[in-house]
Amino acid sequence: MSGPDPLVGVVLVSHSAAVAASVAELAEGLAGGGPTAPVAPAGGLPDGGLGTSEELIVRAAESVDRGAGIAVLVDLGSAVLTVKALLAEGDELPPGTRLLDAPFVEGAVAAVVSASAGADLDAVEAAATEAYDYRKV
Amino acid sequence: MLDAAFMRRWMTATAAAVDREAARLTDLDSAIGDADHGANLQRGFTAVTALLDKEAPATPGAVLALAGRQLISTVGGASGPLYGTLLRRTGKSLGEAAEVTREQLAEALGAGVAAVAQLGGAAAGDKTMLDALLPAVEALGESFAAAAEAADAGALATVPMLARKGRASYLGERSVGHQDPGATSSALLIGALVEAAA
Repeated sequence: MSGPDPLVGVVLVSHSAAVAASVAELAEGLAGGGPTAPVAPAGGLPDGGLGTSEELIVRAAESVDRGAGIAVLVDLGSAVLTVKALLAEGDELPPGTRLLDAPFVEGAVAAVVSASAGADLDAVEAAATEAYDYRKV
Repeated sequence: MLDAAFMRRWMTATAAAVDREAARLTDLDSAIGDADHGANLQRGFTAVTALLDKEAPATPGAVLALAGRQLISTVGGASGPLYGTLLRRTGKSLGEAAEVTREQLAEALGAGVAAVAQLGGAAAGDKTMLDALLPAVEALGESFAAAAEAADAGALATVPMLARKGRASYLGERSVGHQDPGATSSALLIGALVEAAA
């Protein structure tokens, strides 16, 4: 009775709720026709302001956890530091949660596309990190 | 000896100092940051004292670990994970002891500061909270007052520094001539030790 292997989940953390939600929409849109990996934005503060919310990050991570690991992409500053602090100091995030060192938009697209194709967390990380190597000029 | 009550007094005194200096912290942060440092820390330490009143952890380590956890949850800016990691790692390093010496606190705070350095990837001289905390840890072996003096001097010494971390680093040379807000609030935290010991 086992279905297909579970997919890696993707969490997108930005200072801005609009940025996180839009990048999630973009990445899902570019992931193609079939079913996509679970993606959840964690943008801004719970009151809608700019910032990083531990509560929204934890909730997003729990919502995309299918047991195959969770790839977290972040924009900058407190988003990076909050996720790193949560991973280093506590057990608030589900097991198998990993912060990816990748550009936010390009990395999110690479992560969602590869995760949707069934890549495991290592392969999703490799795809997202590789986005740094694509020079535009 | 320093017990859980001492650590609670330390946190309460820090919250009061942050309240008192919030406008100054925000002024410093509007020069080279995003003008939210005073309000963010005020929100964080107010939440810390409220939680400590409610939960009253029994050991010095547990007080600081809970305070750090609460800062990560409530601040919403980079100072949340940075101060949160500082206090949480310091608290964990103190272990389960019911009372600790000043020397043990100095050692644990050293571990907390090292965790902050690792988290932020910063070093001494980068115009960050480390420039107040590192000399404070050194001096804490001597006395609380010496640590507070060292932290104040360290914060003042950030004025001519070029910011190499965080938003201020985008300003390059324009960050020179301003005192770092994080180093300034770190000096408040260390200064509050003197009040807790009084």
